[in-house]
Amino acid sequence: MANPHARQSERKYSVRLARATDIPQVIAIDTENTALPKAEYWEDLFERYNSRPTELDDDTQPKSVKRYRFFLVACDGDTVLGFIIGEVRAWEFGSPPCGWIFAIGVRAGTRQGGVGHILLEALNERFRKAGVNKVRTMLARDDTLIMSFFRSQGMMAGPFIQLEKDL
Amino acid sequence: MKLQKATRCALFAILELASGHDRQLSANEIAEKYGISTNHLAKVLRSLGRVGLVEAVRGAGGGYRFSGNRRRTTLLDIIQLFETIDPIRNGEREDGDDTAEGKGLCQVLMEIEDTARATFASITLDTMIKLVDKNR
Repeated sequence: MANPHARQSERKYSVRLARATDIPQVIAIDTENTALPKAEYWEDLFERYNSRPTELDDDTQPKSVKRYRFFLVACDGDTVLGFIIGEVRAWEFGSPPCGWIFAIGVRAGTRQGGVGHILLEALNERFRKAGVNKVRTMLARDDTLIMSFFRSQGMMAGPFIQLEKDL
Repeated sequence: MKLQKATRCALFAILELASGHDRQLSANEIAEKYGISTNHLAKVLRSLGRVGLVEAVRGAGGGYRFSGNRRRTTLLDIIQLFETIDPIRNGEREDGDDTAEGKGLCQVLMEIEDTARATFASITLDTMIKLVDKNR
């Protein structure tokens, strides 16, 4: 059944770098989506990805490695509707520099409203400005919801295969 | 990997009908475009009609139209109506499967089956139609 908020795609959300005050809402969205509360993990990610001197505005790139790391949120006023985190990684498994997305979440009540799309576009734009022209992610094979989302955005299987073994 | 004839007919018909809002086509028109038998396609369209993915439109200028949800129906939903893409995962067994060699082979084949299933399950008709448009 269609989400009643589906027509929200016409609304304009703002996308910006996450701030410390957004993190409780990010944690709430993730907990709602995964049923696994992990506050410490998100606080640590914020510290490593976005924590920056207060004098820097959103468009100023820090000089540290954080200039290649992006923790973005989509907001409607003060309400965080979704988040996405990615970074530029270079030469992993011989791969030239590319953008990697490793977290995305949208408030369940606003799905199908275009929030995921604008977050991904905003992140891709930052990747382009950082000089890369390829974006990758890795997903659980049975996570059909999120895989369908990335495919709807034009992503296809890439040339890498993930392998693992029990230890 | 190869899909059975009925599955391909179903996918072509659905992609054709779902590619435009209220698009209505006869079995003949679809069969002609893809070079398939109209009789065979008619049977496939009846199967798709039984699960509510297409509906027959009666009267002059009648035909078929898509009646499902483009953003919710996946390629797997359609494929599974006509064939099983993961027979080993579904318990199908062949001679030699109980040997160590057979078990090892099943493990490898299941890895391939699981990937195929995940791929088909994650591609909606909406996504597929975008992909088709890019190839025009």
